Amino acid sequence: MSDLIDRELTPAVTGSAVEVVEATARAVPRNKWKTSSAQVIRAILAIIVAFIVGAVVILLLGRNPLTFYADIFRAGVLHAGWEDSVTRMSVLLLMGMGYVVAFRGGIWNIGGDGQFLLSAAIIAGAGPPLLSALPMGFALVILSLIGVVVGGSWTVLPAYLRASYGLNEIITTVMMSFIGIYVANILIKGPFRSEQTTVPQTNVMPFEKLLPKIPGTTIPIGIFVALAVVVGLHYVMTRTSIGLRLTVMGANARAALHAGLKVKRLILGAFFASGAFIGLGAAMEILGVWGYMRADWNPKYGLTLFAMVFLARLNALAVIPLTGMFAVLTIGGHAASRNADLPNDFMLLLVGLILLLMTLAELITIGKAGRRLLGQRVVQALRFGREP
Amino acid sequence: MTVAFWTSLISGMILAGMPLLFTSLGETISEQSGILNIGLEGMMLVGAYAGFVAALYSRSPWVGVVAGIAGGMVMSAIMVLFCVRLGLDQIVVGIAILLVGEGLTSLLHGAQFGSSYPRLGGMMDIKIPLLSKIPVIGPSVFSQPVIFWLGIALALIVRWILKSTNWGLNIRAAGEKPAALDAAGVNVTWTRTAAVLTTGAFAGIGGAYMAIVGSGIFVPFMTNGLGFIAIVVTMLARGRAMWALAGSLLFGICLQIGTSLQVAGIDIPTDVIFMLPFLVVMVVLVISARQAYLPAALCVPYKRGKKG
Repeated sequence: MSDLIDRELTPAVTGSAVEVVEATARAVPRNKWKTSSAQVIRAILAIIVAFIVGAVVILLLGRNPLTFYADIFRAGVLHAGWEDSVTRMSVLLLMGMGYVVAFRGGIWNIGGDGQFLLSAAIIAGAGPPLLSALPMGFALVILSLIGVVVGGSWTVLPAYLRASYGLNEIITTVMMSFIGIYVANILIKGPFRSEQTTVPQTNVMPFEKLLPKIPGTTIPIGIFVALAVVVGLHYVMTRTSIGLRLTVMGANARAALHAGLKVKRLILGAFFASGAFIGLGAAMEILGVWGYMRADWNPKYGLTLFAMVFLARLNALAVIPLTGMFAVLTIGGHAASRNADLPNDFMLLLVGLILLLMTLAELITIGKAGRRLLGQRVVQALRFGREP
Repeated sequence: MTVAFWTSLISGMILAGMPLLFTSLGETISEQSGILNIGLEGMMLVGAYAGFVAALYSRSPWVGVVAGIAGGMVMSAIMVLFCVRLGLDQIVVGIAILLVGEGLTSLLHGAQFGSSYPRLGGMMDIKIPLLSKIPVIGPSVFSQPVIFWLGIALALIVRWILKSTNWGLNIRAAGEKPAALDAAGVNVTWTRTAAVLTTGAFAGIGGAYMAIVGSGIFVPFMTNGLGFIAIVVTMLARGRAMWALAGSLLFGICLQIGTSLQVAGIDIPTDVIFMLPFLVVMVVLVISARQAYLPAALCVPYKRGKKG
């Protein structure tokens, strides 16, 4: 099978050594401080302008944007709001790591929602019997592992199609995402359905057997799991050869192949890790917050989180403050939308605006910072089928 | 399998396949010119909303369709500015357009109609004399709204444009080797601009069709992945309009078959019905993994004098 990749990537081999050097150089920035401060400024600029444009939209809808934003802050940060926001952060961080590991390798895993919901549904279905049969700690670990395996497995088909046939993974992951969402619903309405309720949902796990809370707060310890994964992934990405290999592949797949990297194995591995982190996120959400799952529940973290990860320039540590902001927005936005009598979809608009403005901000300072994150490798990701 | 089943299957296939047809025809033009439009669904939603509101207030479905075209084009203008003019990443911008389209239409719908869902009257169907009397095909194919025939006509027109006109040749050159087109004295940026705006217009018609003809109602997120299926149809059609037509109708069957089976008295869970088209897409992709083809310069922003 690996000869398929070879055939696809080898035309125009000339200068491949140069490409390897270039790709590696692009993977390691020269002036770290200067680059990152410019990136921080650009990110903040994009966010601020997006908030302003969002405010104009709210104003046009006949609502007071200042009240709206104040409501977000009040519900998302003040009183006990910050506890909810930190709780929400654990799932967002883990999903974010799923994106970081994929995007670093130039893999567009856009189907996070399906991987998330399918893992969540299976955990919610397997949770009640497992928790009553096994000791609590053991059961929680097993359930988290189930999430990891389910999330990872849901990426295997797109990963295989991409690695073996170069089939565009944007499309396949989106399709698998929709399938996953519906399979999750079928499971909840069918085999996992609780007999105690009229609304289709799974059985509820006993509250005292869910993930323990940090003493004195309502925050489950899932946040520590998430932070540990972030730090671990950052270490792997920046300090180990696996991280470098992934980044080189992301920068230039052909160069990676000529450097002797096992591209197919890297694609499969990065894809699986991506789904696995997202599945772990689902475990933290179900086992830490809900304890059950309703049919048709879909928080749609997938595509919106995508923006935060790009804003963080695929840097695992930088994802932390951004998901923090995003958690406040989702928690507070819910209350603010209710108060303003609007649907809870303002966040989609805001995140879309942030994405647009981020690409613009990239353009403004490109000369000084020098390094563009997205570029030629997108082209690589999109080549599929026969060579023309 | 009764007459009622086949009639509902065929008319439903057309009803569900039409938005796909319009959208994938648009995407064909865009992809041929070298711009991958992931934000198709955002454009459809804005088209659907604009079309719905215009049709509701003007009481004319045609005003609605025109408004849908305008809505789709406004969204595609963002794509023109960011991807064609400034050469920014098409995938990120596409996803941004999708999110903005989803968020904006949901907010506007919520602010304007709250949770009431006003309905439109049906769009005039034309019953073709004699032909509409044929059993099964008559009440399904030959009693469709006028816009159905417009769709068929558009497919033929797109095929003609891409194959036999100068503009079509320019579009295809912009997708395969923009530098060559530039050297031939044609403005690549303008060629792509026109192509992307056309795509927006087509996606707008597709969305407007869904809201005005398909359901007579606007529901937030009503496209539900149809934009992505349209991209798949386009990829498998490999730039040929007639294949886009065939593919759209084929996926129209997948979208419709559940309802038809219910007409025939066979009960299937709705989740299975909704999942079917995506499942079929995956199966088709797995089978034809090596057949799909994209133009050489797809997703590559064109900048004069840049090597490659």
